[in-house]
Amino acid sequence: MNTAAFIAIAVLTLSGALAAATLPRLIHAALFLVVAFVGIAAFYFLLGAEFVGLAQIFVYVGAVAVLIVFTILLTRREEEQTGGLNWGGAVVAVAVFIGLLWAILRTPAVNIAAGPIDALTVRRIGEVLMTDYVWPLQCVGVLLTAALLGALLLVMEEKRP
Amino acid sequence: MTPTLSAVLVISAALFCIGLLAALSRRHAIFILIGIEMMLAAAALNFVAFWRFSPEPQQPTGVMVAIFAIAIAAAEAAVGLALVIAVYRHYRTTNVDKFDRGEGS
Repeated sequence: MNTAAFIAIAVLTLSGALAAATLPRLIHAALFLVVAFVGIAAFYFLLGAEFVGLAQIFVYVGAVAVLIVFTILLTRREEEQTGGLNWGGAVVAVAVFIGLLWAILRTPAVNIAAGPIDALTVRRIGEVLMTDYVWPLQCVGVLLTAALLGALLLVMEEKRP
Repeated sequence: MTPTLSAVLVISAALFCIGLLAALSRRHAIFILIGIEMMLAAAALNFVAFWRFSPEPQQPTGVMVAIFAIAIAAAEAAVGLALVIAVYRHYRTTNVDKFDRGEGS
């Protein structure tokens, strides 16, 4: 893996995520969320999982981000200035990060470099999806259908008699 | 010097904690959903990283888990945002501190 590319993508992803979490205006946060998701997709490309990176871009940037922007526009009323972070949450997040960092840096087993790898082709992913992972695939299909119907039911106007 | 597995894990932990920060410290329901999405993406990144650095990357288990995690995150986002819209209809606000009445009016 290329160190310079790694550092550049890490800076892009983390700054996008931090901006998305702390900016007071919701629409700006949604746009920086797109930056963070593109950075994560770039990480997938860098790690050699091209298909996951493409799926990340299609699903998160193409669908989830657009959905979030639609919801912001549908529920924008007072343009509420809920800015100002709650410091208790910030303290908890920093404490969790320090704990995770301590655990990662203390574990010698994760301090390894990546070995060479055969490219993971889409053909191979398709074969595995249709053999070993066929039941999880069906379950995800049912789950997505249920989520689609549930979301429709939730936002449908209720008829009061 | 190439990046090690711990470098990727530190990035992913930072991303998780930024998501946690957004979910815990914001008052707006959509910010909380954004934070949850970030935490899910960080977890999926960890799975791919462990697959890439594993001794036998021929078996694409981590990649499969990441693909399913992305699909489930999409379903979660759809239902969560539909809930935000449904709640907004009742309370006329998306500030989670004001969701304090038991029955919808």
